Amino acid sequence: MSVLVYTENENGTFKKAALEAASYAKGVADMLGTSVTAVAFNTEEVGALAAYGVDKVLTINDDKLKAFSAAAYADAIKQAVAKESSEVIVVSSSADSKYLAPILAVHLEAGYATNVVALPEGVTPFKVKRTAFTNKAFNHTEITTAIKIIGLSTNSFGLKEHSVSQTIEAFAPSLNDADFAVEVVSVDKATDKVSIADAEIVVSGGRGLKGPENWHMIEDLATVLGAATACSKPVSDMGWRPHGEHVGQTGKPVASNLYIAIGVSGAIQHLAGINASKVKVVINNDPEAPFFKAADYGVVGDAFEVVPELIEKLKEFKASNA
Amino acid sequence: MKILVCISHVPDTTSKINFIDGDTKFDTNGVQFVINPNDEFGLTRAMWFKEKQGASVDVVNIGGAETEPTLRKCLAIGADNAIRVNAEATDGFFVAKQLAKVAQDGEYDLIIAGRESIDYNGGMVPGMLAAILKTNFVNTCIGLEVEGTTATAIREIDGGKETLKTNLPLVIGGQKGLVEESDLKIPNMRGIMMARKKPLTVVDPVTADAETKAVSFEKPAPKGAVTLVAPDNLGELVRLLHNEAKVI
Repeated sequence: MSVLVYTENENGTFKKAALEAASYAKGVADMLGTSVTAVAFNTEEVGALAAYGVDKVLTINDDKLKAFSAAAYADAIKQAVAKESSEVIVVSSSADSKYLAPILAVHLEAGYATNVVALPEGVTPFKVKRTAFTNKAFNHTEITTAIKIIGLSTNSFGLKEHSVSQTIEAFAPSLNDADFAVEVVSVDKATDKVSIADAEIVVSGGRGLKGPENWHMIEDLATVLGAATACSKPVSDMGWRPHGEHVGQTGKPVASNLYIAIGVSGAIQHLAGINASKVKVVINNDPEAPFFKAADYGVVGDAFEVVPELIEKLKEFKASNA
Repeated sequence: MKILVCISHVPDTTSKINFIDGDTKFDTNGVQFVINPNDEFGLTRAMWFKEKQGASVDVVNIGGAETEPTLRKCLAIGADNAIRVNAEATDGFFVAKQLAKVAQDGEYDLIIAGRESIDYNGGMVPGMLAAILKTNFVNTCIGLEVEGTTATAIREIDGGKETLKTNLPLVIGGQKGLVEESDLKIPNMRGIMMARKKPLTVVDPVTADAETKAVSFEKPAPKGAVTLVAPDNLGELVRLLHNEAKVI
């Protein structure tokens, strides 16, 4: 009966999105009067989950699962769901979660709602609020199946500490060859940089920066803030920056605490993609730029003067708060 | 190689989003509909397979007759056949079930769907389709090569990418990167004329129950006015971000 949450880790450390999913699962479990069970792959360091309301952890340790396989992970989680007789499963909006959850939904004949932003509005009927039209609207969706999967939107619920005493149980699902029919050949991941998906702060540059040679300003500002770097669609289309940095409707979604847009005009497609960010700052020399209508804070000024000055002020602030 | 490209008929990215009937329905009044951008990248990649390696390309959509101009556009871009499953696309699972039937009937080697539609953003149809078909699946695919029955795919992951190897038949959740924005084709007059003569088959839906129901919609609350900070007073911006917004 417990609410089951898939808690993703990276080299043994739980991702923030996983802790957020656990916090959410605890909220749902309280509504249903039940407990929370987490599934964790290839890590023994599961104590961190106890602080977010996870009563029980099923640890799956299997060398075959060292590389992520959506089919195999979905199969394993399905077996965990059966073991726990869970009726609600919570996953995050990470790339891996979004990859495995639809497969899991078919296996469990479960209705799946993605981009959910709040605790269920009710459990009978089971109704959740989710974003739709790329953040231009919300959609109230009823899940009508016995088993339900909730894909939690990143940074929408936040971390809610709730210490519990935890039991840990090793779990060995039986996997078959078909689970490994898609094989990982190589992984290319920048380990020294914050990814847009995991970042608390994102600094983004647009055409107003005039060329890729000026990107050091964006990177310097990101370094001071511990932020990820991003760019607008024209910038990635012109090849100034890699595609992986393109944020917006057809690029990556951003749901950071702070989003700083520099020299980005704020096309509707761009704004849709970053709208889930909590606080938006725009720096642009054109006071008519549409971004000013979407932003919380704005500076009308030349980015080439404002950004270096802002970096100095932030360094002073960090030094005095150290 | 037989390729099926799944097409969503969605409001143009610049559309104003409004709702009618007590916020239960999307207001299509004055809205221009287009091929879902994530699907269009996939369609263009499929055309390249056709041109370079020899492939047939069919397109399919679940929807009413009003979605046919979108399918005709796909034919004008170069698809060979279009199939419209005559049903309202009620939820991701229902759509996946319909697509699965079309996929089984057509015995496709490669099925390309967009990673998500830009209207409901469910992001579940490609994965559900693959699971129903018990077929290999790669999501958020930004690169795909096929040789014989072996496929090499690049998947976008959080903070990077990974290279995957698998076999056909295969379902792809595609997005930008499969081809670039500049590679997208605008149909020419010859393509549009030819598209009129290409087959657009309408088929009845199979029985399937939706698992979710979009009950109502709501627009985000209007945002307050921006707080402007003078460029010579950036210390104030830092102070506001720390004390007021509490984000640094």
